[in-house]
Amino acid sequence: MTAGGAAERIAVTSDQDVVRVRQLVRTVAVAVKLSLVDQTKLVTAASELARNTLVYGGGGTVEVTRVENGRRAGIQIVFADQGPGIPDLDLALTDGYTTGGGLGLGLSGARRLVDEFAIDTAVGKGTTISVTKWCR
Amino acid sequence: MALSSDEGGRFADLLMEHEDSIVSSWTAEVAALLRGRLSHAELQRQTAELQKGFQTALAGGAQELTDDSAAELRAQLAELSSTRARQGFTATETAVSVFALKEAVLKVLDAGDGTDADTLRAYVGLSAFVDRAGLFTFDSYARAREELIADQAEQLLELSTPVVKLWEGVVAVPLVGTLDSARAQVVMERLLQTLVDTGSPYAIIDITGVPAVDTQVAQHILKTVVAARLMGADCIISGIRPQIAQTIVALGIEFGDIATKASLADALRHVLRKTGDKVTQKPSRREG
Amino acid sequence: MERVPVLKIGDILLVSIQIDMEDQVALQLQEDLAERIVASGCHGVIIDISALDIVDSFVGRTLATIASISRVLDAETVVVGMRPAVAITLVELGLSLPGIRTALNVELGMELLARERAEDDEDRDDDADEPAVTTP
Repeated sequence: MTAGGAAERIAVTSDQDVVRVRQLVRTVAVAVKLSLVDQTKLVTAASELARNTLVYGGGGTVEVTRVENGRRAGIQIVFADQGPGIPDLDLALTDGYTTGGGLGLGLSGARRLVDEFAIDTAVGKGTTISVTKWCR
Repeated sequence: MALSSDEGGRFADLLMEHEDSIVSSWTAEVAALLRGRLSHAELQRQTAELQKGFQTALAGGAQELTDDSAAELRAQLAELSSTRARQGFTATETAVSVFALKEAVLKVLDAGDGTDADTLRAYVGLSAFVDRAGLFTFDSYARAREELIADQAEQLLELSTPVVKLWEGVVAVPLVGTLDSARAQVVMERLLQTLVDTGSPYAIIDITGVPAVDTQVAQHILKTVVAARLMGADCIISGIRPQIAQTIVALGIEFGDIATKASLADALRHVLRKTGDKVTQKPSRREG
Repeated sequence: MERVPVLKIGDILLVSIQIDMEDQVALQLQEDLAERIVASGCHGVIIDISALDIVDSFVGRTLATIASISRVLDAETVVVGMRPAVAITLVELGLSLPGIRTALNVELGMELLARERAEDDEDRDDDADEPAVTTP
């Protein structure tokens, strides 16, 4: 996998930033020529994860990069925060589990909407989630 | 052995000087192979263009086909390959159209009096250049064919998944043939879009023509039904064969409260009853 | 902060969401609607989301809450115009929006509300006809 363009980074510290993340991801998804359904899935996943970064991570950054893998183009999005981290990852990835009063679908749902999902978290250090969606 | 820019220039001059004779013998060479499947005039025009292309590239100092000065020529070759691919010529027939330039040039050289060692070395260089052009054509040809096949596969997919309006407010998708994941997805999207476009609150998915379903396909159908429901439309599944019913139960797939009917007619009757439309049936024409 | 306008048409409140809502805007809409239902005495709410290119779990949850609140206030909510790509994404996300009535477009939404209302009235008429004491 190689980076096919400059990364764009947005600092997420408020509600408006979550909207900006959605709009940036949408723009890049259109540029990479994801299908309409895949665009919608990726933007939705980005919205969930950016909100997590804001609500649970206490704010952080979102970085959107165009990537390439042989003949396929795709988008990679990295959500990073220096928040409290996730103590029990398996539990957090379970449908319906929530500590924030939500529906508990953010993390597990977002994982189903993308092609690749990697999470790196340490209690007290923060959480980094990287997702990738490829063109079909 | 690469062509030096000197040698390239020489051949550019040669191509220009003997333009007519090269084009005509080149055309004759190719025509013999294609045996009249392309009109002579058409072939002559294509060859003349190619000759110009080579001449321009060589005059521009191209030593390799990948050089910037050969960009125009590459575009020409790609164009030729994709046209030929679509017209149904074989890859060999396409590539030979390029290779034949060597014969044509050789004829000119034979006729001339400058066949010394330098000319020979230059000719080998040119020959390598033309070879590469031929191989490039081959690649472009293969790519064009691949695109053609992909296009046809897509057209087939579209043909095989019609969404038809059955009644005011009722659309149906009669599925025929094997449903794989990709096709199931296309069907799902098409059906949902049709619901929106026609404002139809009812959809019937008829799977009489589907020989078998696996878990993935059953899941796709289920997701379609749930998605339709989210949008405010009801889906009815009709024509489930006995084997499929057994598979569904054996796989433990939960169809839940989704309406299933034996035939498309039953499904339509079910919908019409729900919408309150009257169905009048002539007593003499009861179906068996 | 932008606000989503609420229109009153006859006995129905019509909300057409035309912007990519920040979370705060969605919560504001929830409050505004509750107040308008009480103030107007309307019995039906139609929320048109045909302009939304995504519905994430937050917006989904807000719609569900609006539906519950309005039901308590004796008004039925219908969400109309959900795009196919949005519906497919919601299914994948695992959000089935239970308790929310949906229709394909505003017109069908209004028909649905009218039908519900008629059935409701019938029930009431039946109640009036029947004797107060039911025989076993």
